Amino acid sequence: MLKNRIIPCLDVKNGRVVKGINFVDLKDAGDPVEQAKIYSDGGADEICFLDITASNENRDIIYEVVEKTSKKCFVPLTVGGGIRSVEDINKLLNCGADKVSINTAAVENSKVVVDSSKKFGSQCIVVAIDAKKNGDKWEVFTHGGRNNSGIDALEYAKKMEENGAGELLVTSMDRDGTQVGYDIDLMSKISSKVNIPVIASGGVGNLDHLVDGIKLGKASAVLAASIFHYGKHSVKEAKEYLDSKGIPVRI
Amino acid sequence: MNVTIVDYNSGNISSVINSFKEVAQDKVNIEVTSDLNKIKSSDKVVLPGQGSFKSCVDALNIINGLSDTLNEFAIMNKKPLLGICVGLQMFADVGYEETETKGLGWISGKVAKIDNQNGKYKLPHIGWNQINIVKDSKIFKDVENNSHMYFVHSYEFIPNDKSVISATTDYSSNIVCSVEKENIFGTQFHPEKSDKIGLKIIDNFINL
Repeated sequence: MLKNRIIPCLDVKNGRVVKGINFVDLKDAGDPVEQAKIYSDGGADEICFLDITASNENRDIIYEVVEKTSKKCFVPLTVGGGIRSVEDINKLLNCGADKVSINTAAVENSKVVVDSSKKFGSQCIVVAIDAKKNGDKWEVFTHGGRNNSGIDALEYAKKMEENGAGELLVTSMDRDGTQVGYDIDLMSKISSKVNIPVIASGGVGNLDHLVDGIKLGKASAVLAASIFHYGKHSVKEAKEYLDSKGIPVRI
Repeated sequence: MNVTIVDYNSGNISSVINSFKEVAQDKVNIEVTSDLNKIKSSDKVVLPGQGSFKSCVDALNIINGLSDTLNEFAIMNKKPLLGICVGLQMFADVGYEETETKGLGWISGKVAKIDNQNGKYKLPHIGWNQINIVKDSKIFKDVENNSHMYFVHSYEFIPNDKSVISATTDYSSNIVCSVEKENIFGTQFHPEKSDKIGLKIIDNFINL
């Protein structure tokens, strides 16, 4: 039976983890390689890096981070943030990323999704959708949530599936950082609309939220950042909890 | 000993390279090449593959003499070869992704899309699934039945001769996820992304 995945996400800025695990046994709390290794040793099903480096000059640093991580972690590694072109994707994959997550570029130029999924295969193309509720629908935002494209998130999700995305990473901007739980309505609507796996993101504050994301939100995988930071919960605890609630996980 | 990972522009193979180097350490030499002479002289060959069946077969055929060299290595000289993902699928006679495409024809059978049962099952089949070991395979030494492996694919290999199947996984139906036919091995899952248990499979192949 296919298991639901738990994906810890690390925000990386200029090659350093911004929000990360604050474990006592960690030699360097800012080292993404070391943190990714702790997650994979702890049973993470995948690791996600979100590169939030602001300046273009420092963009190349992420390649080095990915290269080092992929030599230590033998679970899938997804990298997102600042990806603009097929060439950016090519570079990340060559450095050892298994998947890339494309956000703004997919909205501005859907050809990037079409071309890259043809070139590298759908299995490594994740389209990240940042959605915010407006009335009875959700709109897609770009540039790290700063710009409203006005595009309907459900229609966009379907279009990205047709364009060749292998998975959708759906983040509720209304919930992100609030720790009140995923936007279940948004997740289940998108998951029912498409036939590719949906990864739920944004708003996790406790382990029940992970359960809800899968059971009610119909997500194939749940991504979380802050609950795994500062040792509030380990990935192992999260998996044991999901297992106790009857959700199939890899233990 | 030399193990050659065939680099034929079949998509992203860096994880395959990293995992084999991790397992091999300094004991075994891992080559990454499409050089025909190096392939011929190596002890074992790994055939990775990502993207579509057609794109991998096309990429293989672009390199002059590569498919003949692989054929000589695996079929005539019976040296150990491991196909991963589309690398395994290409063992078939024919694949139906994008368009009907001829495979290597090493293990009689076809590659067809997984039946998603009218949308009941999402495709690609992505994530960790358990393998059901149905035959004692040399690459499963010290690998427990029902171990989790990482999968990502929408197409499945359906061999005509079921005796080549060494493991299946349950997704929509019993999908063939590992085969062994004499010196030819293949996994639909990605041992290079399947954590310690995946590395064990790689170790078993290297130590055949």
